[in-house]
Amino acid sequence: METILMQVFNGISLSSILLLAAIGLAITFGLMGVINMAHGEFMMIGAYTAYVVQNLFKDSPAFGAYVPVAIVASFVVAAALGLVLEKLVICRLYGRTEDSLLVTWGVSLILQQAARNIFGASNVGVEVPEYMMGSLQIGGVYLPYTRIWILVIAIVSLVAVYVLMFRTRWGRNIRAVMQNRQMASSLGVNTRRVDGVTFAFGCGLAGLAGCTLTWIGLIGSGLGQNYIVNAFMTVVVGGVGSIFGSVFGAGFIGIGQSAFEFLTDASMGQVLIFVCIVILLQFKPKGLFETHNRSLED
Amino acid sequence: MAASQHMSRRSFVGLMGLTASALAVSGCSGSAVAQVSSGSSGSDDASAAADGVDGVFGDTIKVGILHSLSGTMSISETSVRDAEVLAINEINEAGGVLGKKVVAVIEDGASSNATFSEKATKLLDSDGVACVFGCWTSASRKAVLPVFESKNGLLWYPVQYEGMESSKNIFYVGAAPNQQIVPAVDYLAEHYGPRIFLMGSDYVFPRTANSVIKAQAAAKGYEIVGETYTPMGHTDYATIINKIRAAKPDFVFNTLNGDSNVSFFKQLKDSGISCDDVMTCSVSVAEEEVKGIGASYCEGHLVSWNYYQSTDTEANQKFVAAYKAAYGETRVTDDPIEAGYDAVYLWKAAVEAAGSTNVDKVRAAAGGITFEAPEGTMTIDGENQHMYKPVRIGRVNADGLIDEVWSTGDPVKPDPYLKSYDWAAGLSS
Amino acid sequence: MTKKKSYTWVVAAVVFVVLAVLPFVLPMFRVSLIAKYMCFAIVALGLDMIWGYTGIMSLGHGVYFGLGAYVMAMYLKLEASGGGLPDFMTWSGFDSLPFWWVPFGNAGFAFAMVVVVPVLVAVVIGLLTFLNRIRGVYFTILSQALAMILSVLLIGCQQYTGGSNGLTDFDTLLGFSLDASSTKLALYYATLAVLIALFCLCTFLVGRRVGKILIAIRDSENRVRFTGYNTAFFKVFVYALSAAIAGIAGALYVSQVGIITPSDVAVSPSIEMIIWVAIGGKGTLAGPILGALLVNGVKTFASESFPDLWSYGLGLVCVLVILFLPGGLMSIKDVPARFRAWRQAKSGGAVPTPELGEEGGQA
Repeated sequence: METILMQVFNGISLSSILLLAAIGLAITFGLMGVINMAHGEFMMIGAYTAYVVQNLFKDSPAFGAYVPVAIVASFVVAAALGLVLEKLVICRLYGRTEDSLLVTWGVSLILQQAARNIFGASNVGVEVPEYMMGSLQIGGVYLPYTRIWILVIAIVSLVAVYVLMFRTRWGRNIRAVMQNRQMASSLGVNTRRVDGVTFAFGCGLAGLAGCTLTWIGLIGSGLGQNYIVNAFMTVVVGGVGSIFGSVFGAGFIGIGQSAFEFLTDASMGQVLIFVCIVILLQFKPKGLFETHNRSLED
Repeated sequence: MAASQHMSRRSFVGLMGLTASALAVSGCSGSAVAQVSSGSSGSDDASAAADGVDGVFGDTIKVGILHSLSGTMSISETSVRDAEVLAINEINEAGGVLGKKVVAVIEDGASSNATFSEKATKLLDSDGVACVFGCWTSASRKAVLPVFESKNGLLWYPVQYEGMESSKNIFYVGAAPNQQIVPAVDYLAEHYGPRIFLMGSDYVFPRTANSVIKAQAAAKGYEIVGETYTPMGHTDYATIINKIRAAKPDFVFNTLNGDSNVSFFKQLKDSGISCDDVMTCSVSVAEEEVKGIGASYCEGHLVSWNYYQSTDTEANQKFVAAYKAAYGETRVTDDPIEAGYDAVYLWKAAVEAAGSTNVDKVRAAAGGITFEAPEGTMTIDGENQHMYKPVRIGRVNADGLIDEVWSTGDPVKPDPYLKSYDWAAGLSS
Repeated sequence: MTKKKSYTWVVAAVVFVVLAVLPFVLPMFRVSLIAKYMCFAIVALGLDMIWGYTGIMSLGHGVYFGLGAYVMAMYLKLEASGGGLPDFMTWSGFDSLPFWWVPFGNAGFAFAMVVVVPVLVAVVIGLLTFLNRIRGVYFTILSQALAMILSVLLIGCQQYTGGSNGLTDFDTLLGFSLDASSTKLALYYATLAVLIALFCLCTFLVGRRVGKILIAIRDSENRVRFTGYNTAFFKVFVYALSAAIAGIAGALYVSQVGIITPSDVAVSPSIEMIIWVAIGGKGTLAGPILGALLVNGVKTFASESFPDLWSYGLGLVCVLVILFLPGGLMSIKDVPARFRAWRQAKSGGAVPTPELGEEGGQA
């Protein structure tokens, strides 16, 4: 019984990790149509930022305070680099979805090699502060604090994205530009600026995800590669263009995969969840939450 | 319009020229001759093999270094490359081999087995190296093995592996299973209990290692309470930890590869399982991996190797000091790094005993050669070309280094096919 | 149109002549390398059919390349073990060959399967996706996951597939030693012949009605459907065709490189395949061949000369070519004209097409 309860929690936790990894992608890929293969590398940037911040706090008595600083810093650094990338490269690629995939793949190669040259080829370690160690024990069920925090941060990010997108003028501008660039432009929206800010926001969320993942995983140049395929699958299952579809995409894959993994093994779990996704797409070829569009070609 | 046509014709010709020259360039490109010594490098033309005999080019000897410097495996392999370069530098400062400077040709295996095979061919055919130090994964070793056998090259392989192999063209400087896995399982079963949970990455080493352990367990009455494999790059171990908790093993025998260990140990500790609850014994976690995991996560857990940075020998003090002086105080040494360093010295000793760099002569002279390695006296077993190595069980301490808790003392004779164990009869048929 | 066609033919002819002459001037080791690049060029040709002409971007063609290669490798492995069990099966505790391995000992059967297996898989996947109108980025991401799944499966079924070590250590092909220079040369020219033959076949298809329909699907699938064509059928056809081509390339590859492992069929090799097509110039047939040869040639050169740094180069080339040469290397010929147009626009203030203006502004 306890094993099953913990397995349910594991499924939810894996979903929250996938959601964090995918929510930035839901914006850059889902809304802007940029297949950002370097998304994983922005997570890597966030993770390394957390590492650098931790080193700054290493010998200080307020070591525990590094976590909030790292969270903010990883978002800011990743977003800043995302903005640079948008201004240099991505801005030439709107409407060229396939080309954006190829270019950002090249960017991801460069970023990985840069990480190896700056931080060395081996993985680096991040320690979590005392208050995040261990787990919450309810009966025989153990809920690790790090996973609870990740769950909380995933929900907070989601709410923040919702508020920004649907409750602010800025979010309305973004949605307007993504839906009809020319119309938005002619109504006085500065589309170039909206593009830049939106892409940077997506990258910043990736950096945030990378920062939180340092608590449970590795910090190295290969970090992004481990998450990228699953992150894209999450967005696709949820429905490209629907940020909240990604929540269900993450839930579907996360809960499904950990259930399959529990019943079989990790390799088989991956294969089975993929089969399920193919079956799902038979019925919902545009994901769980299709964005309705009256034009035939998209 | 006429001008435009003219222009496009010219650029067209240029395009064709580009094709031809790029193909030709890739055909006779210069090699990455890392000039490790201050001596002159050998000629690096594609026809070089014709100039040099057995890797000797005038007053230099060319050797190859073949590790992944890019891609996923670069995490582990770049440090071994560093150790090999360090040994070559030391040898050159001390007068070289047979009075000749050693020059290393460094190639990138790029974490791709086909690339390993291609680069091995290049090192042997185009560069005409005397021998190659390299590879890490079993897959890359298997990929270059046919190349070395068909061209009668010589590979010095620095990593512990699953055994069941003995090529006359490879010297295995890392541990065979009887020098790492088998004694570790016996030690843990004796001290922690007989219920074993097997966990590994999904590739050849863990699967073969676990089939050895299962045979061993059946013969000695240990109980296997779980066996599970995770794909490379797996990041979520919550489910497996849950399985471990349910299976209540006395210890977990961990054959995960580098990256996955980070996720596993972090998540293990977070879920409230310490080494007092379930002991783990890892065979792919050394000092460098501990650094990447974070010492606090794997403190107290056991590992099994032949060498630790803390190993107390005179040769080791010198080695650790030299390695840190060359690459920085924060770097650590570990078993594969030490084996890469030893490999170069063992090759030197064999060459000097043979009086030649010729592969057949080196092989004939290698048996019984000894070297005062950081891990202790190392002897080449002439029969299977593995090394006599001491087995050491170690415990990770709070500084991320590993303290020896048990050792065989004397070096153990290598037995890659486990012929000296009755229970292993069915494994190597 | 005819001018463009003849241009393609001239580029292809020059490439083929250079390839035919190279073995006379290069050492054997380099010849084998170029043979490997030619196998990649064959894959790129097939990818161009589906991506360049039909507009379907597949990030999973490593799957079909891998299937062809594994089928061929099974045959080579059985020939190398001379009737015995392949070495990795012995370690896995098998006493006899799994039944489905047995027919692969027959050369004819194995050669047929090189094409049949990829085509079958492609038809099944193609029907499942295209009939249900999974398309665009959905298909692209799905195909990427397909590559990941195949490599996980190959690794997981170690007792049947050799696991992460893959299949290697071959001896002979139809009795000829794979090590002998004569065999290598023969395979080199066989690969070249296959490349030329498939180039002709693709050029032929593209010129026929079916080619026109493929291009029409790329440009506006719905209009093709409304005109009464079953577009799913054409898409499955071209997907299977490119899978067959990739399978053949895989078989030639494994015979000459001597190893195939799951990591060669996973996600990033599959993306690299797309990169060759893009850099060469998609939708030109000659371009992808050129792209595959050049990218791999330069990659070998760079990784030998700068083993620590070549990733930067590959990444940069990828970014720059796609940003500033959207038509790939095949469009280099247009650069002077574009440059002039940009200069004119600058000085005269006349605004050319917005595309030219924006791109030229960065050139």
